[in-house]
Amino acid sequence: MFKYFRLILVCVLLLPGLASAAIEAYEFKDAQMEDDYNQLINELRCLVCQNQNLSGSDADLARDLRRQTHEMLMQGNNPDQVVEYMVARYGDFVLYRPQFQRNTLLLWIGPFFLALIALWLVIRKIRRQQELVKPDDSTMQRAKELLADPLPSDDLPSKKRDN
Amino acid sequence: MRFAIPLGLFVLMVGLLGFGLTLDPKKVPSPLIDKPAPAFSLSVLHQPELKLSQKDMLGQVWVMNVWASWCVSCRAEHAIITQLAKQNLTPVIGLNYKDQPNDAKAWLQQFGNPYLASIVDLDGRVGIDWGVYGVPETFIIGRDGLIKYKHIGPVTQESLDAEVIPMLKQLLG
Repeated sequence: MFKYFRLILVCVLLLPGLASAAIEAYEFKDAQMEDDYNQLINELRCLVCQNQNLSGSDADLARDLRRQTHEMLMQGNNPDQVVEYMVARYGDFVLYRPQFQRNTLLLWIGPFFLALIALWLVIRKIRRQQELVKPDDSTMQRAKELLADPLPSDDLPSKKRDN
Repeated sequence: MRFAIPLGLFVLMVGLLGFGLTLDPKKVPSPLIDKPAPAFSLSVLHQPELKLSQKDMLGQVWVMNVWASWCVSCRAEHAIITQLAKQNLTPVIGLNYKDQPNDAKAWLQQFGNPYLASIVDLDGRVGIDWGVYGVPETFIIGRDGLIKYKHIGPVTQESLDAEVIPMLKQLLG
């Protein structure tokens, strides 16, 4: 059983190497362009295998869109223009990081809005609990008297009855 | 009463998630609807010396069906596209997407050619311009050259009867 364990382990550990799909060797004019390219293919979605970005996908379309991205950058387009080009053809869904616009407003500020509501609820609850434990003046007065009384043990039962 | 709010939220969430299950994430609404058909000028499959452009189609309602010989669901769709073409409502143009012209011709010979013409998009660039990501796809373009409708995936008998034909009749009407 354990005879082949090491071999199997090695094979399993090598598997992730197969997952990196973007293997084209593109040349860039400068390091900035290469960074732009890598950022773009990480942020653009492959529509064939949704939930994968262009850099992680081995689909034909992903390869074509990587080529398109590279070409557009080489032609002097800036990353925003590439994003605009893709959105014009494939819609907002192509973006992993949605743009801040009217129909994505809820997406962007929704979580903060919910966090504010949660904060407000927590503060309200704490305030209410503080109000519950806050004694009124007469109770405070009685508490002070009881504390001031050095030997309360004798009349404790009678006081209890008074209540 | 204590449980009213959590229970209400739970029911709301189940409702929303249930609604989400009825949606198909593979169907991404095209931003090209009511936009001009993207420009192209491509060789006709059976007459490579002839080029067809979207301008040639201006003034008429037409259908563009994206297909390829390597595309399995195109076979399933083929009968439906044939049925549509036989109704002679509008020209049906095929966009032969990322295919080998010889394979494409053999495919049409085997199954029959419903297209008025197929144009050859060898490297898929026109496909990108049209936002194609799942072959087969079907577009309907109006007389004004605007894209009116897009169907992603194989057109079925139901979608042909319920969507494609009514849309064509409305545009022709």
